[in-house]
Parts: sequence; structure tokens; C-alpha cells
Amino acid sequence: MPGRPGLYGEPVRVRVEQTPLPGIGVRHDLVTSSGRTVGVVSHRNGRRDLVLYDVDDPDSSLASVPLTDDEAEALADVLGASLMLGQLAGLRQQAAGLLTEQVAISAGSPFVGRTLGDTRVRTRTGASIVAILRDREVIASPIPSFRFEAGDVVVVVGTRKGLDGVTRILATGETDG
Amino acid sequence: MHDTTVLLIEVGALLFALGMLGRLGRRVGLSPIPLYLLAGLAFGHGGLVPLSASEDFIQVGAEIGVVLLLVMLGLEYSADELVGSLRSGAAAGAYDTVLNALPGAAFALLLGWDWEAALVLAGITWVSSSGVIAKVLGDLGRLGNRETPTVLSVLVIEDLAMAFYLPLVTAVLAGVGVVGGLRALVVAVVTVLAVLVVAIRFGGTISSFISVKDPEALLLSVLGLTLFVAGVAAELKVSAAVGAFLVGIALSGPVAHHATQILSPLRDLFAAVFFVFFGLSTDPAAMPPVLLPAFALALLTMVTKVVTGYVAAKRAGIALPGRLRAGLALMPRGEFSIVIAGLAVVSGMEPRLAPLATAYVLITVVTGPMLARLPDYAWFKRMVRKRMAVSRPVSPVPTGD
Repeated sequence: MPGRPGLYGEPVRVRVEQTPLPGIGVRHDLVTSSGRTVGVVSHRNGRRDLVLYDVDDPDSSLASVPLTDDEAEALADVLGASLMLGQLAGLRQQAAGLLTEQVAISAGSPFVGRTLGDTRVRTRTGASIVAILRDREVIASPIPSFRFEAGDVVVVVGTRKGLDGVTRILATGETDG
Repeated sequence: MHDTTVLLIEVGALLFALGMLGRLGRRVGLSPIPLYLLAGLAFGHGGLVPLSASEDFIQVGAEIGVVLLLVMLGLEYSADELVGSLRSGAAAGAYDTVLNALPGAAFALLLGWDWEAALVLAGITWVSSSGVIAKVLGDLGRLGNRETPTVLSVLVIEDLAMAFYLPLVTAVLAGVGVVGGLRALVVAVVTVLAVLVVAIRFGGTISSFISVKDPEALLLSVLGLTLFVAGVAAELKVSAAVGAFLVGIALSGPVAHHATQILSPLRDLFAAVFFVFFGLSTDPAAMPPVLLPAFALALLTMVTKVVTGYVAAKRAGIALPGRLRAGLALMPRGEFSIVIAGLAVVSGMEPRLAPLATAYVLITVVTGPMLARLPDYAWFKRMVRKRMAVSRPVSPVPTGD
């Protein structure tokens, strides 16, 4: 079972297993498609260890890296951001003609302080807002009640025409500039 | 000199010596428990420097030490974890009991002791030291290992089983016979189940009576509650230790978390006093005659512990190296064995029991953590790999927990 290679073109659902460690905390782990096992041991006192497992002996941890709150958060951010970009790149390859663009919300935009739902970009242009970048954090799949702030960068996926429409809406509130 | 002055001098010197010993032990990677026991032997009757004025004080301290050891153990586990482990590890707990308690009992009978002493020795060989083992697993970086939950669940079940075993032993040692012992057992079972149900249903409510905001008030209220319940439990002949354990389980959430932090230093202090007291009450001159039996018993029950860990890990789908790691990790006996032996010493039964228990715990708690390192050596891994290659040439290693 090291391996469990994803069948061609078929995304394998990742299964994160949770195991209680009585008296210590909890362990989460997952087997990657390359056959490696990665886990996180969360201690009850707030400490957490990133654990890598031995290839020859998958029951044993090869290395255990203690992470502080900040380090764990930074690592999660890095992984989250690169994941986002990877997904976007994949999307681009899959559907020719579909484009991705990053549009900044300027301080003068009518949507500063208003919600994603208010923009109604999908109905009006056919393009979708798939993520927001704020303060170097990626907010993936924002919900309609997400409230914009000046300086947010919106990641939009759609046709050329749709993207231009979204840019205009976010800048002026109108579809036809 | 005034008695109190002597007391201060003796206790001060003793604690300072223990501190130095503990530091020394940490440097060579040794648990402090054997060092404290040895210190107790040195200071006791017939030892190098007999203490005069502080014995009473140390005895009271030892009582508090047991109570604190147990309440901390209870605080470490939540009621949900106990129930969860009970579900998943009941089978492992059963053969752990058979493989490790029975040899102790048989050994006692073989030495010609009575059945009460056999019951006590069964407990001594049964329970692994959860404190020492958790420390070893952490030190060896094995907390993330897949066999670790199996090891921990064996420990949890043993600790929980103590809630039934200790009342039984307490009652039997009080001379109430088999029927009285069984009555105590029934009372214990009902009490523990009631506490578990209450802790799971109303744990938050109980804990909300105690404020987390004020550390001083938290310390006093948790310590007070624990000592009070322990005392009442002892008065009802259900063993003070079990009362304390149940208080620990009943407290949950932030109260448990903060209480653990606040009580840890107290536990360290009084647990050290407890181990010293046990050493104190053992006459070093009684040790040499029991050394050989202690070695035999240690060898026998360390092997049975390895078998326990091996089988438990195998049932959890762990491969050969992990099974060996689980088995070798489970060997050290420690605080509980001493608590059980302490009960027997107080009741004044079989005089060879205390020295045997001391020697036994010394042997297992020193060699156990060393042997637990074996699977990390390259030659051991090579040997295991060779074995695996011989026994099953290509079959893949199973995963799962």
C-alpha cells in the first residue's frame, strides 16, 4: 500500500485519520499519493509536532519537528497559498479559454465595506471569484457574505470578457464602464 | 536541639539531596524514581544516615504524595478518553492482566506466601508505569508512531483498572476476607461508573464551580477537594488513591488544564517524598535475600510485558518492528507498584514483600527504559528486517491503527 497511486485523471480524496493519544493529545495523519505518511501530533498543552514516517517501517516516525504557534501558522499559510496557485494552474490547463486574473479592490471601489454577494458578478458576467488575498493570506472559496476591504486582491476565473466585466464592476459598480 | 529544628534540617538536607540525585539521573537518562527509592533506603532504619525527627512528617507527606500522583493521573485523562480506550483496548487490557498479574500471584504462592500477599504481588507485576513510559516515548520521539496509541491504551486501561483493584486490595488487607473484598469491589465499580457518567454528562457543571481566574484559589480548592474526597474514600475503605483519581477524572476542560499546571510542582515534591518514604520503610538488610527472586520475577514479567505489547500491537495491525517497540516500551513498573506495595507495608503483612517490591521496581524501572531503546539501534533494525524478509518475502506491510 505504499503508493496507493491516484488513478489517471481521477482525484483521490485525501483521508486524514484522527487518533486520540490518551493523556497526551491527538494525532492526525495522512498517507500521500507518493506513499509517504505525514502526521501532526497536537499536545494538549498547545505544543505540536510535525511527524514524518519511515519508508521502510511506516509505523515509526523518522523525524518529529516541534512547531510553535507562529511556525505552524506560517507553514499552513505557505502550503495553503501554493495549493491555491496549483489549483489555479490546473484549472487553466483543463479548460482552454478560461483565464485567471487578480483584481485589486481600490480604496475608491464602491464595494469597500460591502459583501461579495452585493457585487453579483457571477450573474452579471459569468466569471467567478474563487479566492481573496488579504494581508498575504489566502481566503479560498469566500462565502457571499464575505465583506471587502480596501487593498483586498480578488482572484477571478472566467472568460476574457467576463474578467473585464468583473474588473469594471469592482472599480465602478457598473458593467459597462 | 528542638525537634522542629531537627525536622527542618533533615527535610531540607533530604530534599536537597533528592534534587541533586534527580539532576544526576536526568543527565544519564534515568527516571528519578529508582534514585528516590535508593535515597530512602540509605536514610531509613539500618541505612547509612537514619533520620530521627522527620519520619512522621515524611509519612504524612507520602500519603499526600499518593493522593497527588493519582489526582494528576485522573486530570491527565478525560472521561471520554477513558471510555474510548475501554472500548478499543478492552481485549488488550484483558490479556495484559492475564499475562502480567497471574505470574506475580503464582510467584508469591511459589514462595509460600498467603493469598493476600499473592493478590498484592499480582498488582505489583501487573501495572506498568504510565509516568515513566510516557516520558520514554516522548524522549525517544515516538509520540507520533503508530504503535503509540496501542501502548497508551494499555496504560490507560491499567490505570483505570487500579480504580477497581486498589479498593479490593485495601479491603482485603483490612482483614475483611473475600466477601468484604468483593463488596468493596462492587462499591468501587458502581462509584467509578457513576463518576464517569457524571463526568461525561456534567463535567462542565462541576468544573464551573471552580474558577480558573485566580490561581491561588484554584490551587486551594482543587487540592482541598482532592484531599477531602481521598479522605472520605479512605474512611469508606475504598482507598484514598482511588478517591483522588476520580476527582481528577471528574474535573475537565480549562480547570483540569490549569490544575495540572498548578499541581505539578506539588506532585513532584510529594511524590518524591512518597518514594523516599517507601525506601525508608524498607530495611536495606532485608534486600540481599530477595534479590535473586526479584531478578527472576523481573525477567519473567518483563518478558510477559513484551508479549503483551507485541500481541496488542499485532491486533492493531502494526508491523513487526512496531510490535517489538510496543512490547519493549511497556516493561518499566513504577509508581503504582510502589503504591500497591505501600498498602501492604502499612497493613504489616509478609515482611519480604516490601524489599522484594523495592528490588523489583528498581530493576524494571532502570533496565526497562534502556531496553526500550533497543529497537532504535541499527543492528536491531537489521536483525528485524532480516527476520521479516525470511518470514514473508514480498507481502507488504499493513498500516492502520
